[in-house]
Amino acid sequence: MSVLIYTESENGKFKKTAFELASYGKEIANMMGTTLTAVAVNAENAEELANYGVDKTLMVTSDELKNFNAKAYAHTISSAAEQEGSKVVIISSSANAKYLAPELAINLKAGYASNVVALPESTEPFKVKRTAFTNKAFNLTEINTEVKLLGLSKNSFGLKETSGAGAVASFDAAIPDNANGVEVASVDKVTGAVTIADAEVVVSGGRGLKGPENWGMVEELAEVLGAATACSKPVSDLGWRPHSEHVGQTGKPVASNLYIAIGISGAIQHLAGINASKTKVVINNDPEAPFFKAADYGVVGDAFEVVPQLIEKLKAFKSNNA
Amino acid sequence: MKILVCISHVPDTTSKINFTEGDTKFDTNGVQFVINPNDEFGLTRAMWFKEKQGATVTVVNVGEADTEPTLRKALAIGADEAIRINAHPSDGFFVAQQLAKVAKEGNYDLIIAGRESIDYNGGMVPGMLASLIDANFVNTCISLEVEGTDATAVREIDGGKETVKTSLPLVIGGQKGLVEEKDLRIPNMRGIMMARKKALTVLDPDDTQARTQAVAFEKPAPKGDVKLVSPENLDELIDLLHNEAKVI
Ligand SMILES: Cc1cc2nc3c(=O)[nH]c(=O)nc-3n(C[C@H](O)[C@H](O)[C@H](O)COP(=O)(O)OP(=O)(O)OC[C@H]3O[C@@H](n4cnc5c(N)ncnc54)[C@H](O)[C@@H]3O)c2cc1C
Ligand SMILES: Nc1ncnc2c1ncn2[C@@H]1O[C@H](COP(=O)(O)O)[C@@H](O)[C@H]1O
Repeated sequence: MSVLIYTESENGKFKKTAFELASYGKEIANMMGTTLTAVAVNAENAEELANYGVDKTLMVTSDELKNFNAKAYAHTISSAAEQEGSKVVIISSSANAKYLAPELAINLKAGYASNVVALPESTEPFKVKRTAFTNKAFNLTEINTEVKLLGLSKNSFGLKETSGAGAVASFDAAIPDNANGVEVASVDKVTGAVTIADAEVVVSGGRGLKGPENWGMVEELAEVLGAATACSKPVSDLGWRPHSEHVGQTGKPVASNLYIAIGISGAIQHLAGINASKTKVVINNDPEAPFFKAADYGVVGDAFEVVPQLIEKLKAFKSNNA
Repeated sequence: MKILVCISHVPDTTSKINFTEGDTKFDTNGVQFVINPNDEFGLTRAMWFKEKQGATVTVVNVGEADTEPTLRKALAIGADEAIRINAHPSDGFFVAQQLAKVAKEGNYDLIIAGRESIDYNGGMVPGMLASLIDANFVNTCISLEVEGTDATAVREIDGGKETVKTSLPLVIGGQKGLVEEKDLRIPNMRGIMMARKKALTVLDPDDTQARTQAVAFEKPAPKGDVKLVSPENLDELIDLLHNEAKVI
């Protein structure tokens, strides 16, 4: 009966979303009067999950699962759900989670609600709030199947410390034959840099920065803040920055704690993709730029003067608060 | 190679989103509908396979009669034929089942869908479809090459990209990168004329039940006014971010 979460890790370490999923899953388990089980693949330190309410962790250790494989991972999670008799299964909104989710839904004959942002409004019938129209609206979805699959949006629930029983068991699921149909040939991943998906802070530049040669200050600001860098669509279309940095309705969604937009006008398609960020700051020399209507804090000024000063002041702030 | 391109019919990105009937239905009043942007990249890539590798391209939509102009546009861009499954696309599972039936009956080698549709943002139709027809699946696909029955795809991952080797039959959830923005096609007069003569087959849905139901909608709470900080006083900004917003 227990609620099941799939806790993601990288190089053995749990991601922050794993703890957010645990916090969220625990509350649903409480609502339903049951316990919370986690399934983790090639992760260490299962005891960390107990601080966020996990009662039992199923640890999967397998060389075959070293590279992500949607079918194999989905099968592992659905086998765990079957073993636990789980009626609610929760995953994150990472690229990998979104990749395996549809397969998992079919395996479990589950109705799937993605981009969930709150606890269920009720569990019988099961109704949960999710975003729709790329953050331009919310939608209450009712799931009619016996097993429910939820994809939780990042940073929508936060972390809640609470203790769980913290049992640990090893778990092993056979890998289905058809998982070999897609094989990873190479992975090209920036190491060290913060990714937009994981970042707490995102620093983003628009066409107002005039050209790729001016991105030094954006990168420096990001470095001071431990932030990921991003950009508006025209900036990536012009080839100033890689496509992977394009955020917005047709690019990546951003759900960070802080989003700083420099020289970005704030077109509806841009705002749709970044609206889920908690605090938004805009730096723009045009006080009429639409971004000022969407931001929490704004500086009307020339980015080429404001950003370098901001970097210096943040460095001073950081060294005073270190 | 037989290609099926799944097209969802969505409000234009500039649309203001409103609801009617006590916030239970999307208000289509004054809304312009377009080919879902992710599908537009996929359709353009399909055109490349048609022109360079002799593929045939069928476009398919699960939707009511009002989606036909969107399918005609896909035909005008160069698809060979269109199929519409005459049903309200009530949820991702329902749509995937309808598409699975078309995919099986038509024996398609490659099915190109989008990473997500920008209306409901389900991000589930292509993966479910692949699972239902037991085809290989690559999501967030930003590059695709096919040689015989072998395929090489690049998928976007958090923080980078991954190259995968796979084979047909294959379903992809595509997005920008499959082709560049500048290579997207706009129908020309000749295409529009030719599209009128191409077949648009309407099929009835099967009796699959949706597993989820959108019961209500709501718009985000209106935002408070922006706090402006003078460029001469950036310490104040840092103070606000630290003490008020508590984000640094
Ligand atoms: C189908 C479709 C999908 C789209 N999807 C997206 C999307 O996902 N993401 C996205 O970002 N866009 C998207 N767009 C594009 C969007 O409509 C805007 O064109 C785009 O966001 C504008 O980018 P920008 O703000 O960088 O450039 P601009 O609109 O050119 O704005 C530049 C800003 O910089 C300011 N500026 C200039 N000089 C300075 C200076 N020295 N200091 C400070 N500020 C300065 C200007 O005042 C201006 O506000 C989409 C468009 C379409 C049609
Ligand atoms: N009603 C539909 N008809 C045809 N294809 C669809 C439909 N809905 C979704 N799709 C396809 O599935 C992709 C992802 O949609 P979704 O899972 O709804 O986010 C879209 O980009 C389309 O390629």
